[in-house]
Amino acid sequence: MIDIVVTGNKDTRSGFGEGLLELAKTNKDVVALCADLIGSLKMDAFKAEAPERFFQTGIAEANMIGMAAGMTVGGKIPFTGTFAVFSTGRVYDQIRQSVAYSKKNVKICASHAGVTLGEDGATHQILEDIGMMKMLPNMTVIVPCDFNQTKQATIAIAAYEGPVYLRFGRPVMPIFIKEDAEFIVGKADVLIEGTDVTVIACGHLVWKSIEAARILEEKGISVELINMHTIKPLDVQAVLKSISKTRCVVTAEEHMINGGLGDSIAQVLIQNLLVPQEYVGVNDTFGESGAPMELMTKFGIDTQNVVDAVLKVIKRK
Amino acid sequence: METSELKKVASQVRRDIVRMVSAVNSGHPGGSLGCADFLTVLYFDIMKHNSADFSMNAINEDVFYLSNGHISPVFYSVLARSGYFPVAELATFRKIGTRLQGHPATDKKLPGVRMASGSLGQGLSNALGTCQTKKLNGDSSLVYTLHGDGELQEGQIWEAAMYASANKVDNIISTIDCNGRQIDGNTDDVLSLGNLSQKWQAFGWEVLEMDGHNIDEIKSVLNKAKSLTGNGKPIVIIMKTEMGQGVDYMMGSHKWHGVAPNEEQLKLALNQLAETLGDY
Repeated sequence: MIDIVVTGNKDTRSGFGEGLLELAKTNKDVVALCADLIGSLKMDAFKAEAPERFFQTGIAEANMIGMAAGMTVGGKIPFTGTFAVFSTGRVYDQIRQSVAYSKKNVKICASHAGVTLGEDGATHQILEDIGMMKMLPNMTVIVPCDFNQTKQATIAIAAYEGPVYLRFGRPVMPIFIKEDAEFIVGKADVLIEGTDVTVIACGHLVWKSIEAARILEEKGISVELINMHTIKPLDVQAVLKSISKTRCVVTAEEHMINGGLGDSIAQVLIQNLLVPQEYVGVNDTFGESGAPMELMTKFGIDTQNVVDAVLKVIKRK
Repeated sequence: METSELKKVASQVRRDIVRMVSAVNSGHPGGSLGCADFLTVLYFDIMKHNSADFSMNAINEDVFYLSNGHISPVFYSVLARSGYFPVAELATFRKIGTRLQGHPATDKKLPGVRMASGSLGQGLSNALGTCQTKKLNGDSSLVYTLHGDGELQEGQIWEAAMYASANKVDNIISTIDCNGRQIDGNTDDVLSLGNLSQKWQAFGWEVLEMDGHNIDEIKSVLNKAKSLTGNGKPIVIIMKTEMGQGVDYMMGSHKWHGVAPNEEQLKLALNQLAETLGDY
Protein backbone atom coordinates (compact mmCIF):
# COMPACT_ATOMS: atom_id res chain seq x y z
CA MET A 1 0.00 0.00 0.00
CA ILE A 2 1.20 3.47 -0.87
CA ASP A 3 1.02 5.54 2.27
CA ILE A 4 0.86 9.13 1.02
CA VAL A 5 -1.68 11.47 2.57
CA VAL A 6 -2.67 14.71 0.86
CA THR A 7 -3.36 17.41 3.43
CA GLY A 8 -4.19 20.32 1.16
CA ASN A 9 -3.30 22.17 -2.02
CA LYS A 10 -0.92 25.12 -2.34
CA ASP A 11 1.84 26.54 -4.52
CA THR A 12 5.45 25.94 -3.58
CA ARG A 13 6.23 29.66 -3.83
CA SER A 14 3.88 30.21 -0.89
CA GLY A 15 5.98 27.73 1.07
CA PHE A 16 8.97 29.93 0.34
CA GLY A 17 7.05 32.99 1.51
CA GLU A 18 6.08 31.33 4.78
CA GLY A 19 9.59 30.03 5.37
CA LEU A 20 11.03 33.46 4.76
CA LEU A 21 8.55 35.02 7.18
CA GLU A 22 9.64 32.51 9.81
CA LEU A 23 13.26 33.56 9.21
CA ALA A 24 12.30 37.22 9.55
CA LYS A 25 11.10 36.41 13.05
CA THR A 26 13.84 34.01 14.12
CA ASN A 27 17.10 35.01 12.42
CA LYS A 28 18.12 38.67 12.50
CA ASP A 29 20.97 38.05 10.05
CA VAL A 30 18.61 37.08 7.23
CA VAL A 31 18.02 39.84 4.69
CA ALA A 32 15.86 39.62 1.57
CA LEU A 33 16.27 41.24 -1.83
CA CYS A 34 13.70 41.31 -4.61
CA ALA A 35 13.78 42.62 -8.18
CA ASP A 36 10.23 43.97 -8.54
CA LEU A 37 8.36 40.70 -7.97
CA ILE A 38 7.40 40.85 -4.30
CA GLY A 39 3.87 39.55 -4.85
CA SER A 40 4.86 36.77 -7.25
CA LEU A 41 7.57 35.57 -4.85
CA LYS A 42 5.31 35.86 -1.79
CA MET A 43 7.86 38.09 -0.08
CA ASP A 44 5.24 40.57 1.23
CA ALA A 45 5.13 38.98 4.66
CA PHE A 46 8.89 39.23 5.17
CA LYS A 47 8.78 42.84 4.05
CA ALA A 48 6.00 43.65 6.51
CA GLU A 49 7.71 41.82 9.38
CA ALA A 50 11.26 43.17 8.83
CA PRO A 51 11.11 46.20 6.51
CA GLU A 52 14.62 47.34 7.44
CA ARG A 53 15.99 44.00 6.26
CA PHE A 54 14.10 44.02 2.97
CA PHE A 55 15.75 45.50 -0.14
CA GLN A 56 13.82 46.33 -3.32
CA THR A 57 16.35 46.54 -6.15
CA GLY A 58 13.98 47.28 -9.02
CA ILE A 59 14.25 45.47 -12.33
CA ALA A 60 18.00 45.09 -12.02
CA GLU A 61 18.83 41.47 -11.29
CA ALA A 62 22.58 41.75 -11.89
CA ASN A 63 22.82 44.48 -9.27
CA MET A 64 20.66 42.41 -6.92
CA ILE A 65 22.97 39.38 -7.08
CA GLY A 66 26.07 41.56 -6.75
CA MET A 67 24.61 43.35 -3.74
CA ALA A 68 23.62 40.07 -2.12
CA ALA A 69 27.22 38.88 -2.40
CA GLY A 70 28.45 42.14 -0.86
CA MET A 71 25.93 41.91 1.99
CA THR A 72 27.59 38.75 3.27
CA VAL A 73 30.65 40.87 4.12
CA GLY A 74 29.56 41.85 7.62
CA GLY A 75 27.66 38.65 8.31
CA LYS A 76 24.26 38.91 6.67
CA ILE A 77 22.54 35.94 5.00
CA PRO A 78 20.90 37.33 1.84
CA PHE A 79 17.93 35.62 0.15
CA THR A 80 17.33 36.93 -3.38
CA GLY A 81 13.95 36.49 -5.00
CA THR A 82 12.85 36.65 -8.62
CA PHE A 83 11.64 34.27 -11.35
CA ALA A 84 13.96 31.34 -12.05
CA VAL A 85 14.69 32.64 -15.54
CA PHE A 86 15.99 35.94 -14.15
CA SER A 87 17.64 34.23 -11.16
CA THR A 88 19.97 32.18 -13.34
CA GLY A 89 20.45 32.80 -17.06
CA ARG A 90 20.21 36.55 -16.78
CA VAL A 91 22.77 36.74 -13.98
CA TYR A 92 24.94 33.70 -14.59
CA ASP A 93 28.18 35.66 -14.65
CA GLN A 94 27.31 37.57 -11.47
CA ILE A 95 26.49 34.32 -9.68
CA ARG A 96 29.60 32.66 -11.06
CA GLN A 97 32.08 35.33 -9.95
CA SER A 98 30.52 37.12 -6.98
CA VAL A 99 28.64 34.20 -5.38
CA ALA A 100 29.99 30.79 -6.38
CA TYR A 101 33.69 31.52 -6.98
CA SER A 102 33.78 33.98 -4.08
CA LYS A 103 31.93 31.36 -2.00
CA LYS A 104 29.45 33.82 -0.49
CA ASN A 105 26.60 32.75 1.75
CA VAL A 106 23.87 33.83 -0.69
CA LYS A 107 20.56 31.99 -1.15
CA ILE A 108 19.23 32.40 -4.69
CA CYS A 109 15.51 31.72 -4.46
CA ALA A 110 13.82 31.16 -7.79
CA SER A 111 10.11 30.91 -8.47
CA HIS A 112 8.05 30.16 -11.59
CA ALA A 113 10.54 27.54 -12.79
CA GLY A 114 9.67 25.34 -15.74
CA VAL A 115 6.65 25.14 -18.03
CA THR A 116 4.18 25.31 -15.12
CA LEU A 117 4.73 29.06 -15.10
CA GLY A 118 2.06 28.72 -17.76
CA GLU A 119 0.55 31.40 -19.92
CA ASP A 120 3.52 33.80 -20.02
CA GLY A 121 5.24 31.37 -22.38
CA ALA A 122 8.77 30.31 -23.23
CA THR A 123 10.55 33.60 -22.49
CA HIS A 124 9.78 33.02 -18.83
CA GLN A 125 9.73 29.19 -18.67
CA ILE A 126 13.30 28.33 -17.88
CA LEU A 127 14.14 24.63 -18.24
CA GLU A 128 17.94 24.92 -18.10
CA ASP A 129 18.46 26.39 -14.65
CA ILE A 130 19.23 23.21 -12.71
CA GLY A 131 21.93 22.38 -15.23
CA MET A 132 23.47 25.84 -15.10
CA MET A 133 23.47 25.96 -11.33
CA LYS A 134 24.73 22.43 -10.69
CA MET A 135 27.72 23.05 -12.95
CA LEU A 136 28.98 25.84 -10.69
CA PRO A 137 31.55 24.73 -8.10
CA ASN A 138 30.48 25.53 -4.51
CA MET A 139 26.79 25.72 -5.47
CA THR A 140 24.15 23.63 -3.72
CA VAL A 141 21.00 22.97 -5.77
CA ILE A 142 17.66 22.26 -4.07
CA VAL A 143 14.29 21.56 -5.72
CA PRO A 144 11.65 20.88 -3.06
CA CYS A 145 8.49 18.97 -4.01
CA ASP A 146 5.55 20.66 -2.27
CA PHE A 147 4.46 23.59 -0.12
CA ASN A 148 5.56 22.11 3.19
CA GLN A 149 8.93 20.99 1.91
CA THR A 150 9.62 24.36 0.28
CA LYS A 151 8.93 26.06 3.60
CA GLN A 152 11.16 23.59 5.43
CA ALA A 153 13.94 23.95 2.84
CA THR A 154 13.80 27.76 3.00
CA ILE A 155 14.32 27.65 6.75
CA ALA A 156 17.00 24.96 6.52
CA ILE A 157 19.23 26.76 4.01
CA ALA A 158 19.59 29.79 6.29
CA ALA A 159 21.58 27.52 8.60
CA TYR A 160 23.50 25.87 5.75
CA GLU A 161 26.71 27.77 5.01
CA GLY A 162 27.46 28.56 1.36
CA PRO A 163 25.79 29.44 -1.94
CA VAL A 164 22.42 27.75 -2.52
CA TYR A 165 20.03 27.70 -5.48
CA LEU A 166 16.46 27.03 -4.29
CA ARG A 167 13.98 26.31 -7.10
CA PHE A 168 10.19 26.33 -6.77
CA GLY A 169 7.11 27.19 -8.78
CA ARG A 170 3.76 28.76 -9.38
CA PRO A 171 0.99 26.14 -9.74
CA VAL A 172 -1.18 24.97 -6.89
CA MET A 173 -0.30 21.33 -6.22
CA PRO A 174 -1.13 18.75 -3.55
CA ILE A 175 0.64 18.96 -0.18
CA PHE A 176 1.86 15.55 0.94
CA ILE A 177 5.05 16.13 2.96
CA LYS A 178 4.27 16.20 6.68
CA GLU A 179 4.21 19.63 8.28
CA ASP A 180 6.75 18.62 10.90
CA ALA A 181 9.12 16.75 8.57
CA GLU A 182 12.79 17.53 8.95
CA PHE A 183 14.56 18.87 5.86
CA ILE A 184 18.17 17.78 5.61
CA VAL A 185 20.18 19.26 2.74
CA GLY A 186 21.68 16.45 0.69
CA LYS A 187 19.61 13.61 2.17
CA ALA A 188 17.09 12.03 -0.19
CA ASP A 189 13.56 11.12 0.99
CA VAL A 190 12.36 7.62 0.13
CA LEU A 191 8.65 8.44 -0.12
CA ILE A 192 7.47 5.00 -1.26
CA GLU A 193 9.31 1.74 -0.77
CA GLY A 194 9.09 -0.75 -3.63
CA THR A 195 10.92 -3.53 -5.41
CA ASP A 196 10.45 -3.42 -9.20
CA VAL A 197 11.66 0.02 -10.26
CA THR A 198 13.19 3.12 -8.72
CA VAL A 199 11.65 6.44 -9.69
CA ILE A 200 13.80 9.43 -8.77
CA ALA A 201 11.99 12.75 -9.06
CA CYS A 202 12.22 16.36 -7.96
CA GLY A 203 9.84 19.32 -7.74
CA HIS A 204 6.36 18.97 -9.21
CA LEU A 205 7.27 15.62 -10.77
CA VAL A 206 7.31 14.04 -7.33
CA TRP A 207 3.51 14.39 -7.16
CA LYS A 208 3.16 13.14 -10.72
CA SER A 209 5.31 10.15 -9.76
CA ILE A 210 3.09 9.41 -6.75
CA GLU A 211 0.10 9.33 -9.12
CA ALA A 212 2.07 7.09 -11.47
CA ALA A 213 3.04 4.75 -8.64
CA ARG A 214 -0.63 4.29 -7.75
CA ILE A 215 -1.52 3.42 -11.35
CA LEU A 216 1.41 1.02 -11.56
CA GLU A 217 0.50 -0.58 -8.24
CA GLU A 218 -2.82 -1.55 -9.77
CA LYS A 219 -0.89 -3.21 -12.58
CA GLY A 220 1.09 -5.17 -10.00
CA ILE A 221 4.28 -3.10 -10.34
CA SER A 222 5.97 -2.04 -7.11
CA VAL A 223 7.59 1.42 -7.39
CA GLU A 224 10.21 2.78 -5.05
CA LEU A 225 9.93 6.58 -5.18
CA ILE A 226 12.82 8.78 -4.14
CA ASN A 227 12.19 12.50 -3.71
CA MET A 228 15.60 13.88 -4.68
CA HIS A 229 15.10 17.39 -3.35
CA THR A 230 18.83 18.06 -3.28
CA ILE A 231 20.33 17.60 -6.71
CA LYS A 232 23.75 18.78 -5.61
CA PRO A 233 25.33 17.45 -3.47
CA LEU A 234 23.61 14.27 -4.65
CA ASP A 235 22.72 11.52 -2.17
CA VAL A 236 24.61 8.83 -4.08
CA GLN A 237 24.19 6.23 -1.34
CA ALA A 238 20.41 6.51 -1.47
CA VAL A 239 20.48 5.97 -5.24
CA LEU A 240 22.78 2.96 -5.03
CA LYS A 241 20.84 1.37 -2.19
CA SER A 242 17.62 1.57 -4.16
CA ILE A 243 18.88 0.49 -7.58
CA SER A 244 20.78 -2.45 -6.09
CA LYS A 245 17.33 -3.72 -5.19
CA THR A 246 15.20 -2.65 -8.18
CA ARG A 247 17.86 -2.83 -10.96
CA CYS A 248 16.26 -0.06 -13.06
CA VAL A 249 15.56 3.67 -12.82
CA VAL A 250 13.23 6.34 -14.14
CA THR A 251 14.17 9.97 -13.49
CA ALA A 252 11.47 12.64 -13.63
CA GLU A 253 11.86 16.41 -13.62
CA GLU A 254 10.40 19.64 -14.96
CA HIS A 255 13.64 20.51 -16.73
CA MET A 256 15.59 19.79 -19.88
CA ILE A 257 16.78 16.22 -20.08
CA ASN A 258 20.17 17.72 -20.95
CA GLY A 259 21.90 18.63 -17.74
CA GLY A 260 19.16 17.94 -15.23
CA LEU A 261 18.58 15.53 -12.35
CA GLY A 262 18.47 12.60 -14.75
CA ASP A 263 21.98 13.30 -15.99
CA SER A 264 23.24 13.46 -12.41
CA ILE A 265 21.71 10.03 -11.77
CA ALA A 266 23.15 8.64 -15.04
CA GLN A 267 26.62 9.59 -13.81
CA VAL A 268 26.05 7.53 -10.69
CA LEU A 269 24.91 4.53 -12.72
CA ILE A 270 27.81 4.69 -15.15
CA GLN A 271 30.39 4.90 -12.39
CA ASN A 272 28.86 2.40 -9.99
CA LEU A 273 26.16 0.06 -11.21
CA LEU A 274 25.00 0.03 -14.79
CA VAL A 275 21.24 -0.55 -14.86
CA PRO A 276 18.72 0.72 -17.45
CA GLN A 277 17.47 4.30 -17.04
CA GLU A 278 14.63 6.19 -18.73
CA TYR A 279 14.26 9.97 -18.61
CA VAL A 280 11.07 11.91 -18.05
CA GLY A 281 11.91 15.53 -18.87
CA VAL A 282 11.67 18.14 -21.59
CA ASN A 283 13.51 17.04 -24.68
CA ASP A 284 15.54 19.89 -26.18
CA THR A 285 12.68 22.29 -26.87
CA PHE A 286 11.41 25.60 -25.54
CA GLY A 287 8.04 25.77 -23.82
CA GLU A 288 4.98 27.75 -24.90
CA SER A 289 1.86 29.46 -23.55
CA GLY A 290 -0.92 27.41 -22.00
CA ALA A 291 -2.39 26.26 -18.71
CA PRO A 292 0.24 24.67 -16.45
CA MET A 293 -1.23 21.16 -16.38
CA GLU A 294 -1.89 21.17 -20.14
CA LEU A 295 1.75 22.09 -20.66
CA MET A 296 2.96 19.26 -18.45
CA THR A 297 1.04 16.88 -20.70
CA LYS A 298 2.18 18.50 -23.93
CA PHE A 299 5.84 18.54 -22.96
CA GLY A 300 5.91 14.96 -21.75
CA ILE A 301 6.29 15.46 -18.02
CA ASP A 302 2.91 14.19 -16.82
CA THR A 303 1.76 11.17 -14.83
CA GLN A 304 1.30 9.04 -17.95
CA ASN A 305 4.86 9.78 -19.07
CA VAL A 306 6.18 8.39 -15.78
CA VAL A 307 3.97 5.32 -16.16
CA ASP A 308 5.16 4.73 -19.74
CA ALA A 309 8.80 5.20 -18.78
CA VAL A 310 8.47 2.67 -15.96
CA LEU A 311 6.90 0.07 -18.24
CA LYS A 312 9.67 0.64 -20.78
CA VAL A 313 12.57 0.49 -18.33
CA ILE A 314 11.31 -2.67 -16.66
CA LYS A 315 11.36 -4.40 -20.06
CA ARG A 316 15.02 -3.40 -20.47
CA LYS A 317 16.11 -5.10 -17.23
CA MET B 1 51.55 59.78 6.17
CA GLU B 2 53.77 62.52 4.75
CA THR B 3 53.57 63.07 1.02
CA SER B 4 57.27 62.35 0.60
CA GLU B 5 56.79 58.97 2.29
CA LEU B 6 53.75 58.17 0.15
CA LYS B 7 55.77 58.96 -2.96
CA LYS B 8 58.40 56.48 -1.84
CA VAL B 9 55.79 53.76 -1.36
CA ALA B 10 54.25 54.49 -4.76
CA SER B 11 57.63 54.23 -6.46
CA GLN B 12 58.27 50.85 -4.87
CA VAL B 13 54.77 49.70 -5.80
CA ARG B 14 55.52 50.61 -9.44
CA ARG B 15 58.75 48.59 -9.30
CA ASP B 16 56.80 45.65 -7.88
CA ILE B 17 54.24 45.93 -10.70
CA VAL B 18 56.67 45.82 -13.59
CA ARG B 19 58.77 43.10 -11.96
CA MET B 20 55.68 40.95 -11.25
CA VAL B 21 54.27 41.09 -14.77
CA SER B 22 57.64 40.75 -16.45
CA ALA B 23 58.50 37.64 -14.42
CA VAL B 24 55.51 35.74 -15.81
CA ASN B 25 55.29 37.56 -19.13
CA SER B 26 51.62 38.29 -18.48
CA GLY B 27 49.35 40.60 -16.54
CA HIS B 28 48.27 44.22 -16.82
CA PRO B 29 50.95 46.84 -16.13
CA GLY B 30 49.30 49.88 -17.78
CA GLY B 31 46.30 50.40 -15.52
CA SER B 32 48.26 49.14 -12.52
CA LEU B 33 50.91 51.85 -12.91
CA GLY B 34 48.19 54.43 -13.45
CA CYS B 35 46.49 53.59 -10.14
CA ALA B 36 49.64 53.19 -8.01
CA ASP B 37 49.43 56.68 -6.51
CA PHE B 38 45.73 56.39 -5.69
CA LEU B 39 45.91 52.96 -4.06
CA THR B 40 49.01 53.93 -2.09
CA VAL B 41 47.28 56.98 -0.63
CA LEU B 42 44.07 55.02 0.01
CA TYR B 43 45.75 52.19 1.93
CA PHE B 44 48.55 54.15 3.63
CA ASP B 45 46.76 57.37 4.51
CA ILE B 46 42.98 57.22 4.17
CA MET B 47 41.42 53.86 4.98
CA LYS B 48 40.78 52.56 8.47
CA HIS B 49 41.85 48.94 8.16
CA ASN B 50 43.66 46.19 10.00
CA SER B 51 46.24 44.48 7.82
CA ALA B 52 47.72 42.47 10.67
CA ASP B 53 44.50 40.57 11.37
CA PHE B 54 42.46 40.33 8.18
CA SER B 55 38.77 39.86 8.77
CA MET B 56 36.38 39.00 5.95
CA ASN B 57 33.51 40.66 7.82
CA ALA B 58 35.42 43.93 8.32
CA ILE B 59 33.35 45.04 11.30
CA ASN B 60 34.25 48.69 12.04
CA GLU B 61 36.83 48.60 9.24
CA ASP B 62 36.70 50.33 5.89
CA VAL B 63 36.32 47.99 2.92
CA PHE B 64 37.84 48.33 -0.55
CA TYR B 65 36.62 46.52 -3.66
CA LEU B 66 38.77 46.44 -6.79
CA SER B 67 36.12 46.20 -9.48
CA ASN B 68 38.59 46.30 -12.37
CA GLY B 69 40.31 43.14 -11.20
CA HIS B 70 42.82 43.02 -14.04
CA ILE B 71 44.97 45.62 -12.28
CA SER B 72 45.68 43.01 -9.63
CA PRO B 73 49.47 43.75 -9.64
CA VAL B 74 49.00 47.17 -8.04
CA PHE B 75 46.42 45.75 -5.61
CA TYR B 76 48.69 42.90 -4.52
CA SER B 77 51.70 45.16 -4.16
CA VAL B 78 49.81 47.69 -2.02
CA LEU B 79 48.30 44.89 0.11
CA ALA B 80 51.70 43.31 0.67
CA ARG B 81 53.45 46.62 1.32
CA SER B 82 50.80 47.54 3.87
CA GLY B 83 51.23 44.25 5.72
CA TYR B 84 48.44 41.89 4.62
CA PHE B 85 50.88 39.18 3.51
CA PRO B 86 54.64 38.79 3.08
CA VAL B 87 56.13 40.97 0.36
CA ALA B 88 58.13 37.95 -0.86
CA GLU B 89 54.87 36.34 -1.94
CA LEU B 90 54.63 38.88 -4.79
CA ALA B 91 57.14 36.62 -6.57
CA THR B 92 54.43 33.95 -6.90
CA PHE B 93 52.07 36.19 -8.93
CA ARG B 94 50.22 34.14 -11.58
CA LYS B 95 52.32 31.03 -10.92
CA ILE B 96 50.80 27.63 -10.29
CA GLY B 97 49.50 27.22 -6.74
CA THR B 98 49.70 30.94 -5.93
CA ARG B 99 47.30 32.90 -3.77
CA LEU B 100 47.98 35.82 -6.13
CA GLN B 101 45.74 34.67 -8.98
CA GLY B 102 45.73 36.51 -12.30
CA HIS B 103 42.61 38.28 -11.11
CA PRO B 104 41.82 38.71 -7.40
CA ALA B 105 40.10 35.74 -5.78
CA THR B 106 38.97 34.67 -2.35
CA ASP B 107 39.21 30.90 -2.70
CA LYS B 108 42.92 30.74 -1.87
CA LYS B 109 42.26 32.98 1.12
CA LEU B 110 44.65 35.80 0.28
CA PRO B 111 44.34 38.33 3.12
CA GLY B 112 42.95 41.65 1.91
CA VAL B 113 40.70 40.27 -0.84
CA ARG B 114 36.99 40.02 -0.02
CA MET B 115 35.51 39.37 -3.48
CA ALA B 116 36.64 37.90 -6.76
CA SER B 117 36.79 40.39 -9.61
CA GLY B 118 37.82 40.24 -13.22
CA SER B 119 34.56 40.02 -15.09
CA LEU B 120 33.90 43.75 -15.12
CA GLY B 121 31.08 45.80 -13.70
CA GLN B 122 30.30 43.86 -10.54
CA GLY B 123 32.27 45.66 -7.83
CA LEU B 124 29.90 48.58 -7.38
CA SER B 125 27.00 46.22 -6.65
CA ASN B 126 29.17 44.24 -4.23
CA ALA B 127 30.10 47.47 -2.48
CA LEU B 128 26.49 48.64 -2.18
CA GLY B 129 25.63 45.34 -0.50
CA THR B 130 28.38 45.86 2.05
CA CYS B 131 27.25 49.47 2.53
CA GLN B 132 23.74 48.26 3.41
CA THR B 133 25.10 45.60 5.76
CA LYS B 134 27.23 48.22 7.51
CA LYS B 135 24.15 50.38 7.99
CA LEU B 136 22.19 47.44 9.42
CA ASN B 137 25.09 46.68 11.73
CA GLY B 138 25.33 50.30 12.91
CA ASP B 139 28.89 50.32 11.56
CA SER B 140 29.93 53.81 10.48
CA SER B 141 33.02 52.77 8.53
CA LEU B 142 33.10 53.30 4.76
CA VAL B 143 33.25 51.30 1.55
CA TYR B 144 35.58 52.27 -1.30
CA THR B 145 35.64 51.01 -4.87
CA LEU B 146 37.84 51.47 -7.90
CA HIS B 147 36.63 51.06 -11.49
CA GLY B 148 38.19 51.46 -14.88
CA ASP B 149 36.64 54.01 -17.22
CA GLY B 150 36.17 51.35 -19.89
CA GLU B 151 34.41 49.27 -17.25
CA LEU B 152 31.62 51.83 -17.19
CA GLN B 153 30.51 50.42 -20.53
CA GLU B 154 29.06 47.50 -18.54
CA GLY B 155 25.34 47.98 -17.87
CA GLN B 156 25.45 46.64 -14.32
CA ILE B 157 27.41 49.71 -13.22
CA TRP B 158 24.42 51.89 -14.06
CA GLU B 159 21.96 49.55 -12.35
CA ALA B 160 24.05 49.99 -9.23
CA ALA B 161 24.48 53.73 -9.74
CA MET B 162 20.70 54.15 -9.92
CA TYR B 163 20.15 52.00 -6.83
CA ALA B 164 22.70 53.91 -4.74
CA SER B 165 21.20 57.36 -5.16
CA ALA B 166 17.58 56.18 -5.02
CA ASN B 167 18.33 54.48 -1.70
CA LYS B 168 20.60 57.23 -0.31
CA VAL B 169 23.61 54.95 0.06
CA ASP B 170 25.94 57.59 1.49
CA ASN B 171 28.71 55.45 2.97
CA ILE B 172 30.40 54.72 -0.36
CA ILE B 173 33.26 56.48 -2.11
CA SER B 174 33.80 55.18 -5.63
CA THR B 175 36.69 56.22 -7.84
CA ILE B 176 36.84 55.98 -11.63
CA ASP B 177 40.27 55.53 -13.16
CA CYS B 178 39.94 57.73 -16.23
CA ASN B 179 42.94 56.95 -18.38
CA GLY B 180 40.91 57.11 -21.57
CA ARG B 181 42.26 53.79 -22.80
CA GLN B 182 40.99 50.23 -23.10
CA ILE B 183 42.24 47.07 -24.82
CA ASP B 184 41.12 47.97 -28.31
CA GLY B 185 42.17 51.63 -28.19
CA ASN B 186 40.99 54.96 -26.81
CA THR B 187 37.67 54.81 -24.99
CA ASP B 188 36.51 57.68 -27.20
CA ASP B 189 37.02 55.46 -30.24
CA VAL B 190 35.84 52.13 -28.82
CA LEU B 191 32.66 53.38 -27.14
CA SER B 192 32.68 56.97 -26.03
CA LEU B 193 31.68 57.52 -22.42
CA GLY B 194 30.51 61.06 -23.10
CA ASN B 195 30.59 63.49 -20.19
CA LEU B 196 31.20 61.26 -17.20
CA SER B 197 30.73 63.96 -14.59
CA GLN B 198 27.33 64.83 -15.97
CA LYS B 199 26.37 61.18 -16.25
CA TRP B 200 27.11 60.50 -12.58
CA GLN B 201 25.42 63.74 -11.54
CA ALA B 202 22.36 62.76 -13.55
CA PHE B 203 22.37 59.45 -11.66
CA GLY B 204 22.23 61.40 -8.41
CA TRP B 205 25.83 61.08 -7.22
CA GLU B 206 28.02 63.72 -5.62
CA VAL B 207 30.87 64.08 -8.12
CA LEU B 208 34.43 65.12 -7.29
CA GLU B 209 37.41 65.27 -9.63
CA MET B 210 41.11 64.84 -9.06
CA ASP B 211 44.49 64.35 -10.69
CA GLY B 212 45.41 60.74 -9.96
CA HIS B 213 49.13 61.48 -9.95
CA ASN B 214 49.21 64.40 -7.52
CA ILE B 215 49.60 62.79 -4.09
CA ASP B 216 48.57 65.93 -2.19
CA GLU B 217 45.49 66.34 -4.34
CA ILE B 218 44.53 62.66 -3.92
CA LYS B 219 44.81 63.09 -0.15
CA SER B 220 42.77 66.24 -0.03
CA VAL B 221 40.04 65.03 -2.41
CA LEU B 222 39.68 61.69 -0.60
CA ASN B 223 39.45 63.55 2.71
CA LYS B 224 36.86 65.86 1.23
CA ALA B 225 34.93 62.83 -0.02
CA LYS B 226 35.01 61.37 3.50
CA SER B 227 33.64 64.61 4.88
CA LEU B 228 30.76 64.42 2.40
CA THR B 229 29.63 60.93 3.46
CA GLY B 230 26.51 60.60 5.55
CA ASN B 231 24.67 63.30 3.62
CA GLY B 232 22.21 61.10 1.75
CA LYS B 233 24.23 60.90 -1.48
CA PRO B 234 26.74 58.41 -2.86
CA ILE B 235 30.11 59.89 -3.83
CA VAL B 236 32.17 59.30 -6.94
CA ILE B 237 35.58 60.68 -7.82
CA ILE B 238 36.51 61.10 -11.46
CA MET B 239 40.25 60.52 -11.36
CA LYS B 240 42.35 61.58 -14.34
CA THR B 241 45.30 59.25 -14.84
CA GLU B 242 47.82 58.21 -17.44
CA MET B 243 47.98 54.55 -18.32
CA GLY B 244 51.53 53.34 -17.66
CA GLN B 245 52.38 56.37 -15.47
CA GLY B 246 56.03 56.34 -14.37
CA VAL B 247 57.43 54.33 -17.27
CA ASP B 248 57.92 56.64 -20.24
CA TYR B 249 57.59 54.12 -23.04
CA MET B 250 54.32 52.79 -21.62
CA MET B 251 52.61 56.19 -21.41
CA GLY B 252 50.43 57.79 -24.05
CA SER B 253 49.07 54.56 -25.51
CA HIS B 254 46.69 51.68 -24.82
CA LYS B 255 49.30 49.18 -25.96
CA TRP B 256 50.57 48.35 -22.45
CA HIS B 257 47.12 47.56 -21.06
CA GLY B 258 47.81 43.85 -20.96
CA VAL B 259 51.35 43.33 -22.22
CA ALA B 260 54.32 42.61 -19.99
CA PRO B 261 57.78 44.13 -20.54
CA ASN B 262 60.58 41.79 -21.62
CA GLU B 263 63.92 41.69 -19.80
CA GLU B 264 65.40 44.64 -21.63
CA GLN B 265 62.23 46.70 -21.30
CA LEU B 266 62.09 45.83 -17.60
CA LYS B 267 65.58 47.27 -17.12
CA LEU B 268 64.50 50.47 -18.84
CA ALA B 269 61.45 50.68 -16.59
CA LEU B 270 63.34 49.99 -13.37
CA ASN B 271 65.87 52.71 -14.25
CA GLN B 272 62.98 55.18 -14.03
CA LEU B 273 61.59 53.92 -10.71
CA ALA B 274 63.55 54.36 -7.51
CA GLU B 275 63.90 51.34 -5.21
CA THR B 276 62.76 52.88 -1.95
CA LEU B 277 61.62 50.04 0.30
CA GLY B 278 63.64 47.16 -1.11
CA ASP B 279 62.56 44.87 -3.94
CA TYR B 280 60.82 41.63 -2.98
